[in-house]
Amino acid sequence: MPVKILTEHINVPGINTFEVYRKMGGYTAVEKALKTMTPDEIVEEVKKSGVRGRGGAGFPMGMKWSFLAKPEGVPRYLVCNADESEPGTFKDHYLMKNNPHLLIEGMIVSSFALGANKSFIYVRGELMYVIHILEKAIAEAKAAGLLGKNILGSGYDLELVVQPGGGAYICGEETALLESLEGKRGNPRNKPPFPAVKGLYQCPTVVNNVESIANTPWIVNNGGEAYAALGVGRSTGTKLISVSGHVNKPGVYEIPLGITVEDFIYADEWCGGIRPGHHLKAVVAGGSSVPILPANLILTLANGDKRLMTYESLSDGGFATGTMLGSGGFIVMDETTCIVRNTLTFARFYHHESCGQCSPCREGTGWMDKVLDRIEHGKGNMRDIDLLVDVAKKIEGNTICPLGDAAAWPVSAAIRHFRHEFEWHVTHPLEATKPGAVYRGEMELV
Amino acid sequence: MTETTNTVAFTPERLAKAQEIIARYPDGKQKSALLPLLHLAQEQYGWVSPEVMDYVASLLSILPIEVYEVASFYTMFHLDPVGTHVIEYCRTGPCCLMGGEDAYGYLKSKLGINTGETTPDGKFTLKEVECLAACGWGPVFQIREKYYMNLTNEKIDEIIDELSKD
Amino acid sequence: METTAPQLFKITFDGIEIEVPPGTTIMQAARKIAEADSTKMHLAPPAMCYYEPLKGSGGKCRACLVKVTAGSAKDPRPMPKLVPSCITAVQDGMIVENTTNEAVVETRKGIVEFLLLNHPLDCPVCDQAGECHLQDFAFEHGRVQTRYEEERRTFDKQDIGPYVQLHMTRCILCYRCVFTADQITNKRVHGVMNRGDHAEISTYIEKAIDNDFSGNVIDVCPVGALTDKTYRFKNRVWFTKPVEAHCDCEKCSGNVTLWYRGDEVIRVTARKNEWGEVKEFICNTCRFERKKTSDWTIEGPTKVARYSVIMANKYRADLKKPDFGLKVAASQYKQIDDSRPFVTDNEAIRELSKENNAKANQRSLAEKN
Ligand SMILES: Cc1cc2nc3c(=O)[nH]c(=O)nc-3n(C[C@H](O)[C@H](O)[C@H](O)COP(=O)(O)O)c2cc1C
Ligand code: SF4
Ligand code: SF4
Ligand code: FES
Ligand code: FES
Repeated sequence: MPVKILTEHINVPGINTFEVYRKMGGYTAVEKALKTMTPDEIVEEVKKSGVRGRGGAGFPMGMKWSFLAKPEGVPRYLVCNADESEPGTFKDHYLMKNNPHLLIEGMIVSSFALGANKSFIYVRGELMYVIHILEKAIAEAKAAGLLGKNILGSGYDLELVVQPGGGAYICGEETALLESLEGKRGNPRNKPPFPAVKGLYQCPTVVNNVESIANTPWIVNNGGEAYAALGVGRSTGTKLISVSGHVNKPGVYEIPLGITVEDFIYADEWCGGIRPGHHLKAVVAGGSSVPILPANLILTLANGDKRLMTYESLSDGGFATGTMLGSGGFIVMDETTCIVRNTLTFARFYHHESCGQCSPCREGTGWMDKVLDRIEHGKGNMRDIDLLVDVAKKIEGNTICPLGDAAAWPVSAAIRHFRHEFEWHVTHPLEATKPGAVYRGEMELV
Repeated sequence: MTETTNTVAFTPERLAKAQEIIARYPDGKQKSALLPLLHLAQEQYGWVSPEVMDYVASLLSILPIEVYEVASFYTMFHLDPVGTHVIEYCRTGPCCLMGGEDAYGYLKSKLGINTGETTPDGKFTLKEVECLAACGWGPVFQIREKYYMNLTNEKIDEIIDELSKD
Repeated sequence: METTAPQLFKITFDGIEIEVPPGTTIMQAARKIAEADSTKMHLAPPAMCYYEPLKGSGGKCRACLVKVTAGSAKDPRPMPKLVPSCITAVQDGMIVENTTNEAVVETRKGIVEFLLLNHPLDCPVCDQAGECHLQDFAFEHGRVQTRYEEERRTFDKQDIGPYVQLHMTRCILCYRCVFTADQITNKRVHGVMNRGDHAEISTYIEKAIDNDFSGNVIDVCPVGALTDKTYRFKNRVWFTKPVEAHCDCEKCSGNVTLWYRGDEVIRVTARKNEWGEVKEFICNTCRFERKKTSDWTIEGPTKVARYSVIMANKYRADLKKPDFGLKVAASQYKQIDDSRPFVTDNEAIRELSKENNAKANQRSLAEKN
């Protein structure tokens, strides 16, 4: 059995209560950290672990922590990003609702390491029921002396606040999240300055994803080296993968980084294969914003090797033949999927979620949505396909925050790999607009 | 559920809760309480009217425009009156793959309304939303705080029939 | 380490070297070059949202994106993406390309196109024509035709108080008017509602912008979205004559520009510098209520300082400008008859937009049926 860092106890009945969590060995990392380690030692262990941010960008967590500015007399903040809204991603939701204490333990350990005395968990507002679960868990931890003043007699104080969002994907972008937490519109900030220097309330701030933080108790307990020993190369540890779409067993899986994509899709331990009678057509491997890949490219690299579930292997080949691990939102499509239709829902999503601050994203996302909508509804022409590619190119890299890129990539990748489907919609408008119609021409299925 | 009264004010319990929320931020940063307070207000009134927003502004000593700007940015806040039960269904790609379009089609025909509309009896309002972070458990909709997942026509029947009772 | 920071940073902008104090932005450095030598005005990046007098402005429209080919002397690597020159601070030894960089020119064309997507192409009937920054921007940096065939976003005109009219359809969401209300009035009542391309400037519930300095939102607006309701006999700006004048005002400096048609003062604005930025904000009394010559001490005619393609008659394609940007712009207008006056040309664009709108409407109609 592969090592489970985050989900080992997730199915233990009552794991969401303090007693059971404690009985299963919970909060030992808080004891170890506060009683036997200095903050810098914890940062050191996290660095050694090589764990990379699990929110999407994959930035090494220890390095981010060591960038935190520490001016005298200025508070520092840790903010946990639980805004989880990237289509295809629901792992943080799964983790928090089932095992809230794991996140809280991670928040205590991480806040101590960063010298933060007030930390926030920003949860998307739709998950209000999860907010109640977290608040209950916090109250239990506080009653047990693990939060509040002078935790375990160490002299360290910590208050945890759970903050609800209000329905805005963009608040997952870390500076938009901070704006939102300050009670403002979720408009991302121009960077620099980075949050590590000027974050929440203009104070030095670290923003980390739920899953990133949930790894820290294990790292404190077992050491960074033990963590780094798991996985492959610079993809250390385990990763939660949210699986949706046409597999036999959609859900959340904790995988050791380094298994093959093929195993992940077809092994009974994980997705259990494509639903009976159907074939794999395409995969979006890391949340809606990463490039879609056709079956052959997601399973194998250009050199014929099997593609692995790691940061490096998934991005092998660049955007020409590769994609990204992203947030681990693994969306699987069989041959019944219309790529144009699916791309349209993504384009519509980014159009809907653009904050509207900068002109390329505000105008460009709406434009792509409308053109795709026309093509999907049999009212497109060939020129529109190149227009889409060009609009995506004009957005990409020119915006305040990466939402612009996230909106551009799915469109350009879908056209890159499935251009014939777009053309078919243009040349066969009557056929393409029948309910459930899917391009069945030349296509490689697995 | 969607009462409009001229004198907007939190119930005593909610006011106490609001004070507690406001106190959890550093001094001078009480504006941080804006989203939680708007949620609280919507819980009480069903939607957030301009009067409600002005009231929230006064609780936080900020300008009303600051509240309007924020409330209109976030999609969870209903700026117009809504039905007793607001059904917010996810229309994004993964849920569509999981059979969303059929399920939502059934839902619409069952209620006899389209997205953005309210049933004539004021019971149900239908709202289309984006990914609810439950993709693998789709199709999904949410009513208030509750998630309804792996929707099928039978499940939809059950849920709607149950909610139609009261 | 015992190194003292250099007094000035030396940077190279479009091949021109200049020394500026640390903390200067690329935009400010470029403007400094232009201010020292008026033949270099066109080198300064265009700014649709940045407004020097307003704290926090800039970074949004992306019109001013430039290429940094060397980050600094210490770290001469190029910056991977184009950067907004209005909010990017210079480093010693930085090398920047603006009009000399093809990617910048190409991207800027895209920005023009984006900003015009939802902007009506009806300059001939807009009060701002002739002093509209978007018009300048489009003429200088845009392509001649829009590829946009979808429906445009439209709003009704709205009065916000007795003095100011909001025509949201023209707004490019630069946020300048919001910063202005925040920074020079004591109680902001308008702001940005909604988000994405539904975002709009609004008071949300009907409210009058009513404040001694509220009229300044008109001057900062780069397009014709916020206009002066007291501007009588609305007129093409090029038929009016601007005159510098002042008065003894207890609320503001009283330094203004009077705009005459014949002997009549038809509007009063703040004075602007060559970048179209207000030098000193003026009060509503000066702006809206002092419309007689006898209210003022006249100083003399205003030199139209702002660099404007329209003002400088540069919209004509026959002008052979040495710089790359204008050459590109000019090459786009090749098909336009040189002798045609500007309005006709716009008329053509307007026709085109009408056509596009009609197409879009047909489509949405067909869809409904
Ligand atoms: C548009 C956008 C949406 C994002 N959404 C999320 C999100 O929902 N959750 C998350 O953890 N990170 C999200 N991110 C990434 C965050 O900006 C940030 O990089 C991350 O929270 C850092 O945490 P990590 O280093 O632990 O991954 C998003 C980024 C962008 C640009
Ligand atoms: S890229 Fe889009 S979401 Fe990001 S700041 Fe610009 S408009 Fe807002
Ligand atoms: S109304 Fe004018 S000043 Fe205000 S945001 Fe729009 S374009 Fe900018
Ligand atoms: S796509 Fe529906 S919950 Fe994610
Ligand atoms: S002027 Fe620099 S981004 Fe608008």
